[in-house]
Amino acid sequence: MRGSHTQVRTNHPQLPIYMDYQSTTPCDPRVVTAMLPYFTQHFGNPHSRSHTYGWEAEKAVDQARAEVAAIIGADEKEIVFTSGATESNNLAIKGVVNFQRDRKRHVITTVTEHKCVLDACRHLELEGSKVTYLPVKKNGLVDLDELERAITPETVLVSIMAANNEIGVIQPLAEIGRICRAHKVYFHTDAAQAVGKIPLDVNAMNIDLLSVSGHKLYGPKGIGALYVRRKPRVRLEALIHGGGQERGMRSGTLPTPLCVGLGEACRIARAEMASEAERLRQLRDRLLSGIQARLPDVYVNGDLEQRLPGNLNISFAYVEGEGLMMGIKNLAVSSGSACTSASLEPSYVLRALGVEEEMAHTSIRFGLGRFTTEQDVDYAIEHVVEAVERLRQMSPLWEMAQQGIDIKSIQWAEH
Amino acid sequence: MSYSEKLLDHYENPRNVGTLDKDDGDVGTGLVGAPACGDVMKLQIRVGKDGRIADAKFKTFGCGSAIASSSLATEWVKGRTLAEAETIKNTDIAQHLALPPVKIHCSVLAEDAIKAAIKDYRAKHGDAEREAAE
Repeated sequence: MRGSHTQVRTNHPQLPIYMDYQSTTPCDPRVVTAMLPYFTQHFGNPHSRSHTYGWEAEKAVDQARAEVAAIIGADEKEIVFTSGATESNNLAIKGVVNFQRDRKRHVITTVTEHKCVLDACRHLELEGSKVTYLPVKKNGLVDLDELERAITPETVLVSIMAANNEIGVIQPLAEIGRICRAHKVYFHTDAAQAVGKIPLDVNAMNIDLLSVSGHKLYGPKGIGALYVRRKPRVRLEALIHGGGQERGMRSGTLPTPLCVGLGEACRIARAEMASEAERLRQLRDRLLSGIQARLPDVYVNGDLEQRLPGNLNISFAYVEGEGLMMGIKNLAVSSGSACTSASLEPSYVLRALGVEEEMAHTSIRFGLGRFTTEQDVDYAIEHVVEAVERLRQMSPLWEMAQQGIDIKSIQWAEH
Repeated sequence: MSYSEKLLDHYENPRNVGTLDKDDGDVGTGLVGAPACGDVMKLQIRVGKDGRIADAKFKTFGCGSAIASSSLATEWVKGRTLAEAETIKNTDIAQHLALPPVKIHCSVLAEDAIKAAIKDYRAKHGDAEREAAE
């Protein structure tokens, strides 16, 4: 066993292996190739109307916009380029609420949203809006009845993410959209993790606003988009004022190479999504079953069916997450443990699922993606199993569990 | 976050991992921290006839800094009298391992673990002495 392990380790071409694709993705080389001419050759300002430099850049931006629209079933006129999903989420939430401020000021969101959605909502609360933070079920999904009950005549917007960044669970978008439409409430979804990974259709799902991130789908960092429905029209108050670009919703000269990169990333994702999802699902299942076959007391956080194909979030009971990450230093992963954040609180997403704090401290997120190979996964299994076994031998909690002592029966001094 | 070589060495090659018999009269056991906080340290000492700590063992659930802090603590207590072991300060541990500021609590926990083990030994020993006197 040890011999074969060493062989796996020394044979691997590139260490550490990147398994943090929900954090960011590398640019697809095809994306970079598409972008390059727009830095030096076709460098024109896409808003310049008086010469071919401008026209060429504008044409490229329009093509990119059409690709972004196509991957979510939208019209290209409904796409606003932004600097990324954080800006898109801020623009959607603050933009809609601020526009309607004198009529309706209630927003519904969930406790497991990305920090930028939660923080934008907190900001609106400070300005006098009311926000309902819906809890999620044990599997990470929203309760649709609870959502419907939370809607009041004051509700202007529901903002619920498409797929979660930590646990990868996919919310029932079509059902949420149907409820929102029935109550004439706008539906925004932060789809940063979902675009290019799962099929999305803004019309079939009754989505009114949808946030896109470039760097989560093998495009460049610093670019994103917001889909804003035209029929029926969603009106927004801009956050950034200036030359009136993007139909006044987002001023500022468009970064042509980045727009082109996002467009190319969407084109590739649309063409390859089905086969890539299937491949990643198999790799993810291989990773999970490989670990579970050799380690007891391993628990998956979040629903395993309604989940991004490339995401696996597991708690390794009795082994603290950051300690484990140090032990698997040849894997670039992330942990829900407090020790990896400045807050010293374990992941609020895991806590929202009802995962107990001691288990939240033991979680590791594995993010697989376009460039993950079967060899990577097999290496990861060996590396993780070895590290967990070593750390469990060092863990007083593991020792107690083996002796049949209930850890909850002990009076711990919380510090 | 980058860690010092000494810290990484203690994490990769922890000293004195293991368990002593907690029911042995010469053994003192300290169990500090809480699973919900992400760190639990168990530190045990065996006191020899000369009053010096002859052996020490630890087991830790926690991050690399917590593991290294407790490993170092077991190394430092060996050969000391209880009074000497009590003088080990968390700041010495933190300094030796060059712990980053957010990890200082790991060294505090290691100091607490040493003190808890000594307290447990003294409680046992005190009881034993009283029994002998009676």
